[in-house]
Amino acid sequence: MPEWLAPDLAIQGSYFLTAVLFIVGLKRMSSPVSARSGILWAGAGMAVATLITFLYPGMSNYGLILPAMFVGGALAWWSGRRVAMTDMPQMIALYNGMGGGAAAAIAAVELYRGETASYATTTLAVAGGIIGAISFAGSGIAFGKLQGLITRSIRFRGQQVLNLLLLAVTLVLGALVAAHLNASPAVVSSFFVLALVLGLTMTLPIGGADMPVVISLYNALTGLAVGFEGFVLNNAAMIIAGTVVGSAGTLLTQLMARAMNRSLGNVLFSGFGDTGAAATGEVTGSLKPIEASDVGVMMAFAQKVIIVPGYGMAVAQAQHKIWELAQLLIDRGVTVRFAIHPVAGRMPGHMNVLLAEAGVPYDLISDLDEINAEFETADVALIIGANDVVNPVARTDKSSPIYGMPILNADKAKNVIVIKRGKGAGFSGIENALFYLDNTRMLYGDAQKAGAELIQAIKAV
Amino acid sequence: MTGIVALYIFMLAAFTGYEVISRVPVILHTPLMSGSNFVHGIVLVGAMVALGSAHTPLEKTIGCLGVLLAAGNAVGGYVVTERMLEMFKSSGARSTQKRKP
Repeated sequence: MPEWLAPDLAIQGSYFLTAVLFIVGLKRMSSPVSARSGILWAGAGMAVATLITFLYPGMSNYGLILPAMFVGGALAWWSGRRVAMTDMPQMIALYNGMGGGAAAAIAAVELYRGETASYATTTLAVAGGIIGAISFAGSGIAFGKLQGLITRSIRFRGQQVLNLLLLAVTLVLGALVAAHLNASPAVVSSFFVLALVLGLTMTLPIGGADMPVVISLYNALTGLAVGFEGFVLNNAAMIIAGTVVGSAGTLLTQLMARAMNRSLGNVLFSGFGDTGAAATGEVTGSLKPIEASDVGVMMAFAQKVIIVPGYGMAVAQAQHKIWELAQLLIDRGVTVRFAIHPVAGRMPGHMNVLLAEAGVPYDLISDLDEINAEFETADVALIIGANDVVNPVARTDKSSPIYGMPILNADKAKNVIVIKRGKGAGFSGIENALFYLDNTRMLYGDAQKAGAELIQAIKAV
Repeated sequence: MTGIVALYIFMLAAFTGYEVISRVPVILHTPLMSGSNFVHGIVLVGAMVALGSAHTPLEKTIGCLGVLLAAGNAVGGYVVTERMLEMFKSSGARSTQKRKP
């Protein structure tokens, strides 16, 4: 350990305090009642750690540190304040990627300097470097896909072989550096370039429907990379915070993958939608359109209406209109429930955040397990821009790529109304059998506009 | 910090992360992912130290990039998490305030 890194009591004490504040903060964030204060605790921890680091012995380059912090922080502050709630997932992907990039940058500085002493240190720097670089490039692609900048999932024959080859070469170069065999700038540079390319090529073939899992995975990876670089810099705050996020993120990723009934390996290494193209033509029947006025009457005289929101609601920013609609129905004595699929939208809990924004109380919102038995007793199931999560093909068609995924049993309701912009298939590219059922009617239009029409229709009843 | 102590910290921190998140309701998954995204913004501290000890122009350039990205991670993560959690208020607090359409 270089001498300037010698632990000073104030710094170590502050980092200890930061670790405590982070863990308490995360703990508080895991309950709706205290969640708000959780981020304040964690924020306080970050402030303490950042300020005390200016006192690090042997620090120089303040003229570079302060402007870089200011520019990065100001840009993030500006974009974070401006972004719409519906676009949160891609912003999280973006900020997460930046963290991964920073971890890789730390590794790069340490490895280019080449004076890191032990094998353990260089190995950890290399490990954090490759993970951080993959997370950086991969999160960038995830951002591009969710933001609509990248609309195609690029897949070709032998892609996985190529990725494995890339990974192997990157690991060999990393091993060369880690084992002090050849840590020349050329080798270190090639190592980082290849790791970045690997992040791109790993993420490009993954379909948009799998992005929640991918973002969560990269979040966990960034945490791990930060933890590893913490070992390199002998920084306890980074080790603890990074590792906590690494393991929490891994658990979250598993929960999500399980909700989609897919293994993580399946998400990462199978081209989602490849088999879906073959299975599409098999749906028979026709799409039956309906007018908003008829839907209004149907819902106004229903006993029970279950609303199933999906990404379409997020895109149209329709959550306020939908809640207004639900309140009208509740005032008429209709029982209204919101049914949320674990992977509805682009992140788990995405729909809950949007409904919370509109002011929907928690007790009206139900998980898949709670609500599924209730569809049989519902008069109307109102599907708003949801698709794959209500596709009954997942129960019946073994050849479908989503076969086995737990779905909301909206097809069991007496009437199914689907608000949808057009006739296209869902994000997975699979035709939805629900839309062709005898008890299903299609209400075409943007969810915001359709919601407004329904409100008018119910008021007119 | 000796290697074995670091290993203990790693192990205990891993279990802590697992425990903290294991009883989380689905409604908080997105804010919590965002919150944990903010927490790994602590990489800012490391990036500051790396840049603070950089000598060559190459090291300084990469170090600057690291600090810039890390600050973005920390600040952006905080802002979006705070905005999301701001909406999680108790029913009592919510009824008194008017929501914008």
